[in-house]
Amino acid sequence: MKKFAIAAAVAGAALIATSGAQAQSRDQIRIVGSSTVFPFSTAVAEEFGRSSSFKTPIVESTGSGGGLKLFCSGIGTNHPDITNASRRIKKSEVELCAQNGVTGIVEVKIGYDGIVLAADKSAPDMQLTLRDLYLALAAKVPAPGTEGGAGNMIDNPNKTWADVNPELPNRPIIVLGPPPTSGTRDAFNELAIEVGCETFSGMKALAKSDKNLHKVLCRGLREDSAFVEAGENDNLIVQKLQANHEAVGVFGFSFLDQNADAIKAFPVAAEGGEPMEPTFEAISDGSYPISRSLYFYVKKAHIDVVPGIREYLAEFTSDKAWGDFGYLADRGLIPLGEEERVKFHDDATKLNNLSLD
Amino acid sequence: MSNTRDFEPTDWKSPEMQARTRKRYRRDRTFRAMGFSAVILAGLFLVLLIGRIFQDGAMGFMQTSIDLDVTFSEELLGDPRAMDAEAFEEQVRQANMSRLLDAALTAQFPEVTSRRDRRALIRIISGGAREQLRNMVLETPAIVGTTKTVRLLAADDIDQLRKGKIDANEPEANRKVKDQELGWYNKLVEEDRVSLNFHTRFFTSGDSRDPELAGIWGATVGSAITLVVTLLIAFPVGVLTAIYLEEFAPQNRLTDIIEININNLAAVPSIVFGLLGLAVFLGVMHLPRSAPLVGGLTLALMTLPTIIIAARASIKAVPPSIRDAARGLGASPMQVVFHHVVPLAMPGILTGTIIGMAQALGETAPLLMIGMVAFIVDIPGGFTDAATALPVQIFLWADSPERAFVEKTSAAIMVLLTFLIAMNGLAIWLRQKFERQW
Repeated sequence: MKKFAIAAAVAGAALIATSGAQAQSRDQIRIVGSSTVFPFSTAVAEEFGRSSSFKTPIVESTGSGGGLKLFCSGIGTNHPDITNASRRIKKSEVELCAQNGVTGIVEVKIGYDGIVLAADKSAPDMQLTLRDLYLALAAKVPAPGTEGGAGNMIDNPNKTWADVNPELPNRPIIVLGPPPTSGTRDAFNELAIEVGCETFSGMKALAKSDKNLHKVLCRGLREDSAFVEAGENDNLIVQKLQANHEAVGVFGFSFLDQNADAIKAFPVAAEGGEPMEPTFEAISDGSYPISRSLYFYVKKAHIDVVPGIREYLAEFTSDKAWGDFGYLADRGLIPLGEEERVKFHDDATKLNNLSLD
Repeated sequence: MSNTRDFEPTDWKSPEMQARTRKRYRRDRTFRAMGFSAVILAGLFLVLLIGRIFQDGAMGFMQTSIDLDVTFSEELLGDPRAMDAEAFEEQVRQANMSRLLDAALTAQFPEVTSRRDRRALIRIISGGAREQLRNMVLETPAIVGTTKTVRLLAADDIDQLRKGKIDANEPEANRKVKDQELGWYNKLVEEDRVSLNFHTRFFTSGDSRDPELAGIWGATVGSAITLVVTLLIAFPVGVLTAIYLEEFAPQNRLTDIIEININNLAAVPSIVFGLLGLAVFLGVMHLPRSAPLVGGLTLALMTLPTIIIAARASIKAVPPSIRDAARGLGASPMQVVFHHVVPLAMPGILTGTIIGMAQALGETAPLLMIGMVAFIVDIPGGFTDAATALPVQIFLWADSPERAFVEKTSAAIMVLLTFLIAMNGLAIWLRQKFERQW
């Protein structure tokens, strides 16, 4: 018994000692970042591992912000080589990177993702505008008859879609959406709610006079039963829509694509625009209003230190992966236009530095 | 007492007394009925849960295959008789196996001619078929130049169609499988080329983004390595702590504080241990991310309190007379402990350990912090290779958009449950084997 205990303790200590040495070198690419890009990144990683002599990269789903934080924490094999993001890198993040010695960063835009509003097949059709979405979901809305602004805000009184816009059906507002930690939520607030908010002239004026208040008022979602945070798992939202026919879900396009037999998406119109269905084409050419770009970022200092990064970039930016009929499109990625593809393929092969302007 | 003579024996026949006994019996019966219905309710929930998992998961162990007549063309693969083994292997590795598939499918469906349709046609076969054909050629080079009927995995949508999860009567726009593919599928069914088979690959391969190629083996190995590390650290440290605290440590304020802390640690949420692991093992000690070594160390911290508490309880349960007898015969304190107390306490210690390990097996939260929640295809081969664990795999699959992962998730849950039942069975067996009466 005692001998065993001592042997085990020694074995444990030896293990830790040897692994410390092993951590110095790495022959496998490490990728972190957005959960939205995760399905695409893993698909490329798997194909890359299968068709090349390199090991399959390890992909972690940490969220865009978490991924960039890890990515910017330093140079060396203990830090990731690539991070995925469902939004563009921020200036503050580039500065953080630079502080930790991460200066050479290659930016690759990989495609688009649409955020859809969908409900069960049996639900009546609705045509929504961004203004409707703002009035239905914001925590504070302009008092009736006013154009908003700091003094004219009231707590959101709307209970049904008809309260928001008389043309919409008289059904209660129940929206299932992602939690604040999610990149999808950030994008939804920014691309839908805030844009809808700015259709009120008072709110637009506020953006100039008090930026912070504008942000709070135009991006804050209501916290009563009308907006339900349904967790990061989009599959769960799809299931809940089938159980509750009055609910509307907010999630990424790939989940709509996979579940088109059970749920349907509502067309959304930008202010003054035509209502657009979230189709492949409409998201790709930007006519669907709630669409965002997806990116990944590569640490130049790791290229040629960790084997395979160049080849991984080549695989990701190859036509068979991100092209119009590539395997990423099969998984729900909405490809870039031809021109942008050429530009970012060029950036990726020549390792052009990121420039924010 | 002077009035004992006045004491009247209970008159059991009196109406008040009878009413009271009736009431007492009724309470007794109600309590039993409530207890019984609680058990039934718990049982029902269990049956519902397991039933649902089985219903979803049973099909996860099965996979649809399509039989195709593949011609292993000498032109593409090279002639194994004419060239040396190494050059042949090189050529096979380089060869584009899709061309074999394309040729086989064209032979099967000569009416499909346009390039676009042929691309759609090849998608009814899984992307893993190329690898399958390559391995066949490498295993038996003599196959080159012959035509064989090969059972190839179907793509996940075709598989879902075969299993009835995709309804062919839905309008085409709402269906993942389009009319064109449905036509091909029906033709294959007519020729009896579509079959549903037991899917051994599920138990032998690592993760994949294609449901039909994804397997549980990588996660199983990851879990096993992690648990080995946990056991190596938590068992000796936990048992020695328990022995010291029970048998040697003086009873004072300090040991009281330690005891309270151990009890509190047992109730700390597991994610906190993950944060600790992140700060200490990755931040200070610079161990590699996603390594089962780090996972094992983190889970060991989490399991320690459970093991210490169980071990202390079972050491305390050894009667003092045994210690006294051993000391009476001249045994040193250490001999008393290791020759007499610990062997008698062993069944309890082992049970506690295994229950702690089973708890560790089911944990995801601490692993999230140290990077074990990741997409990892390669099967881990050591303590520092990147790995995931079974519950993590379940979490990742449950979050995947492809519909076919639903049944894979349930199948993985069944594997995890089997693992747990085996561990608990081992605990019961060990207890029975070592249990001693005194």
